[in-house]
Amino acid sequence: MLSRTAASLYWLGRYIERADFIARLVEATLRLDVLSTRSAGEDAWRTALSVGETSEAFAASGSPLTREDVVHFLLASSAHPGSILRCLALARDNARAVRTALSREAWQAINGAWLIFDQRMGRLDPTATLAVVDAVKAETRGFEGAVHRMLRNQTTSFIRLGQAVERTDNTARLLDVKYHILLPEGERVGGTVDRDQWTTILQTVSAVTAFRWLYNDGLNPTNVIDLLLSRVELPRSIAASIEETVTALTALARASGTQGEADRMARTRQARVARTRTGDVIAAGLHQHLQALIAENAHLHDAIGRQFKFH
Amino acid sequence: MRLTIDHRTTYRFTAPQGRVVQLLRMTPRDTHDQTVAEWNIAVDCDARLRQHRDGFGNLTTMLYAEGPLDAIEITVVGEVVTSSSSGVLHGTFEPLPAPLFLRTTPPTHAEAALTAFARETTADRTPIAALHALNAALHERFAVVDGRPEPGLTATAAFVRDAVTTRDMAQMFIAAARAIGVPARYVTGYCDALPNGRPTPHGWADAWVDGLGWIGFDPTLGLSPEEHHVRVAVALDAAGCSPVAGSRLGEGRECLDVEVQVSGQA
Amino acid sequence: MGTAPFDEIMGAGDADGARPELRELCGWLTDTPDGELRRRQQSAETTFRQLGITFAVYGESEASERIIPFDIVPRVFLADEWARLSEGLVQRVEAINAFLVDIYGEQRILKEGVLPADLILGNAQFRPEIAGIRPPHDVWAHICGIDLVRTGPDDFFVLEDNARTPSGVSYMLENREAMVRLCPELFAKFRVAAVDSYPDRLLETMRSVAPRGCGGRPTCVVLTPGHYNSAYYEHSFLADSMGVELVEAADLVVDDDVVYMRTIEGRVRVDVIYRRVDDDFLDPLVFRPDSMLGVPGLIAAYAAGNVAIINAPGNGIADDKAIYSYMPEIVKFYSGSEARLPNVETYRCREPEALRYVLDHLDELVVKLVDGSGGYGMLVGPTASKAEVERFRAALIAQPERYIAQPTLALSTVPTLVEQGVAPRHVDFRPFVLSGAKGVQVVPGGLTRVALREGSLVVNSSQGGGTKDSFVLMAEQGTMTQSMSGIGGGMTQTLRGGML
Repeated sequence: MLSRTAASLYWLGRYIERADFIARLVEATLRLDVLSTRSAGEDAWRTALSVGETSEAFAASGSPLTREDVVHFLLASSAHPGSILRCLALARDNARAVRTALSREAWQAINGAWLIFDQRMGRLDPTATLAVVDAVKAETRGFEGAVHRMLRNQTTSFIRLGQAVERTDNTARLLDVKYHILLPEGERVGGTVDRDQWTTILQTVSAVTAFRWLYNDGLNPTNVIDLLLSRVELPRSIAASIEETVTALTALARASGTQGEADRMARTRQARVARTRTGDVIAAGLHQHLQALIAENAHLHDAIGRQFKFH
Repeated sequence: MRLTIDHRTTYRFTAPQGRVVQLLRMTPRDTHDQTVAEWNIAVDCDARLRQHRDGFGNLTTMLYAEGPLDAIEITVVGEVVTSSSSGVLHGTFEPLPAPLFLRTTPPTHAEAALTAFARETTADRTPIAALHALNAALHERFAVVDGRPEPGLTATAAFVRDAVTTRDMAQMFIAAARAIGVPARYVTGYCDALPNGRPTPHGWADAWVDGLGWIGFDPTLGLSPEEHHVRVAVALDAAGCSPVAGSRLGEGRECLDVEVQVSGQA
Repeated sequence: MGTAPFDEIMGAGDADGARPELRELCGWLTDTPDGELRRRQQSAETTFRQLGITFAVYGESEASERIIPFDIVPRVFLADEWARLSEGLVQRVEAINAFLVDIYGEQRILKEGVLPADLILGNAQFRPEIAGIRPPHDVWAHICGIDLVRTGPDDFFVLEDNARTPSGVSYMLENREAMVRLCPELFAKFRVAAVDSYPDRLLETMRSVAPRGCGGRPTCVVLTPGHYNSAYYEHSFLADSMGVELVEAADLVVDDDVVYMRTIEGRVRVDVIYRRVDDDFLDPLVFRPDSMLGVPGLIAAYAAGNVAIINAPGNGIADDKAIYSYMPEIVKFYSGSEARLPNVETYRCREPEALRYVLDHLDELVVKLVDGSGGYGMLVGPTASKAEVERFRAALIAQPERYIAQPTLALSTVPTLVEQGVAPRHVDFRPFVLSGAKGVQVVPGGLTRVALREGSLVVNSSQGGGTKDSFVLMAEQGTMTQSMSGIGGGMTQTLRGGML
């Protein structure tokens, strides 16, 4: 496979995953703000911005911190490089560059997602926002399905590798956001607002039901952290994403008969995560743990680029 | 006459290069009036060299070098025995018909002033006399400076200056000759009648006269080349036969250093 | 124009209706309600948009990628019409190939005075840089698109030869796929020659010209300028359907006169390159010293015989406007017989007799600048004002060598679904001709472009033109005509059986 093709597939995986994640984040936040009986208002949107580390970029845009403005910023801003629109445009760009490697079905899903934003999109009310978010999710699901139906070859491995690396980063950031949020004055840990915030996190990774299946002692922070951090049963958990990274790299190594720096790094990380106990992490400091994970993930990303000669 | 040539070209890069691919037009051919006794191209790094012949009949060398490279130096050392021919070429390898060299290129396109100069200088003369007159007129009109030629300077732009380089002299001659319907081409090579340590090889022109064939004209000297010149390559203009056409894969800028030593013994 | 132009389905345009062979198609057209035709057409266009068969419109944002309108009514060639047309195409393409071999080699055609030397030597499309290089198997024009217009059942004229990087073949294939899906009843009624073997034939052509000694299975690639190019869909489509890599210049490296592509496992040797980039951007060391685009060393690898480039660099001289009017002489010179496919009659005003005729008939002719393009510097006699005609008369007398003149043709029409219903619209045609080491073949189909505006002769997609599927009907008993011959030999033959 051409090195450039491999790089494009990997980035395609990353951008699609990122677009999907932002769509879920917007949806969950919208629920917290509008659909909940106890509207979290501005705080919810401030939180959503801090997940993607985009608070400063948003502040720089000069827009007021309102639902419509944040939604527009995260969904359809052409100026914000982390918006769904931009992610999908980049995903499509990469997909076009490797058009021959993708199945028609996979390409159509990416193109379809991009076409959602084809017309200039104005400010959206909650119903319209949900419609867009649903449409994006439907196309990214379609893409995921199409990738699963494609030949299990290097092409799909690079896409899955990109998705897994991105997903590790996204889930770590999502979990870390709890560190940034201060409960409003008078609210107590374990109170209703606190519970709403944890529920939002679960919704973002489609894990509300899964949570109930896996934990029978109710919604508490330790359990949510445990689920997102170390339960490989949950596809969007950090443990599962790290495992998926190793799987994709192993498949690539099998096809080429060679292994490298990225393989070693990913396996070491997988072994360490498997030994990690959630209780210890919380005791030692969740935020530090997640920050280290995010940095390590970035190193792995660089190692992948070197190993497959992306540049 | 026996001419000894030592031509060093050094590229220094501000950042290491991943690879370097160069097309070298640095090898003279034998003609009736020049015999290449010895010729060697040496590169100061691991490189693969492949010999070719281009569409103009020039001998070329492809140079492939793998990085990381901070610099690359190409050294050409050789010895050529020449004889006098009063400018008329004999025994050169000519794969293309002369009328091809009526074609202008952007650097050798003559606009109004240069065309008028060509017409005035050559009016009412026989073809061969016209070309000698043009050669002499250019030689008289311009001071020749020894610096490196300004990249992209056209014959038309050079014509309004007072001081130009040998390249500009040759390109003005070519543009003027074509403007009066005479096929003309650029020649690179070496000449021992010029100061040593110069930063470029020499450049002059050939023009075609029916019945006689290709004739050399060196407007820098105001003469036709004789035994003091060694021909290396020809093309439509200077860029087309520059000694090195290069490409590199890597960041940064490059810095070029050239030194040419030519010495002749009768 | 006095009489109605020839309609390829309805015939000469009289009230009696369709050409006898195509009555059934005419019946289909009458029986299928316009609304149903329109629904199918929209369905096809939706598919094209989903597939991303778009072309970029320059100067507009990415969002403005457009599809070329598709027309649901096919254009049909009868078997015997096609057989005759194919023979003419083979003859022309063989001549183009022989011309390129000669012009970059011995130049016999110049030495014998058949063409004026300055026409070639002074033409920027003649590339002295590659003179003397012999491409593998002496094939230059591997893929030609010959643009034709038609004025009657057997009256075809060549409008333009495309011997560089002709595009449009993806439309031929996608249009057919849409037609099979949306109008299956037509394929039950008519025995339509299949075009879907094109990618296999192209790959076979590429492999046939692989450098000798590359051993067994040559590695073929398609070289694209990148996904911002307006024809990128076609590049990726072709690479995809041939199962070869689609590479950009940056994916290729030349080392020791051998071309490699950069892969995740290291370098892999490349033997055949179907390039869809212009000569100027092939090798910066040779063609454009000011450009860094391209693959440094590619021409050296090509000259060393280590890679085949399809189509060969330097082909532009064969399809240049200035050369076009000499094609009948070129065909005759190399094939030894008259051209079966005529040019549109062209008066070269540099010739005094032609000039006299042109000046006497300015109001009937189209006068064009030899080096003009896009309709600039053109006189359309029948519609021009008196002043304009006089201006051209003066220009022609002053510099006759800069002009050619052609009669205005009554281009054929094909029924087309437009807003008001089904109505005749003018069409042209680009068949594709493949030349490999084993011979020349014409693909039984092609790209039909249609001018959607009433009366318009402009079929360009940038100016509102659309496309149609082009049916080639098979002869009885499953014979399919295919012209096969060695390059340089004038023999054409018909192969029996459906397998191509």
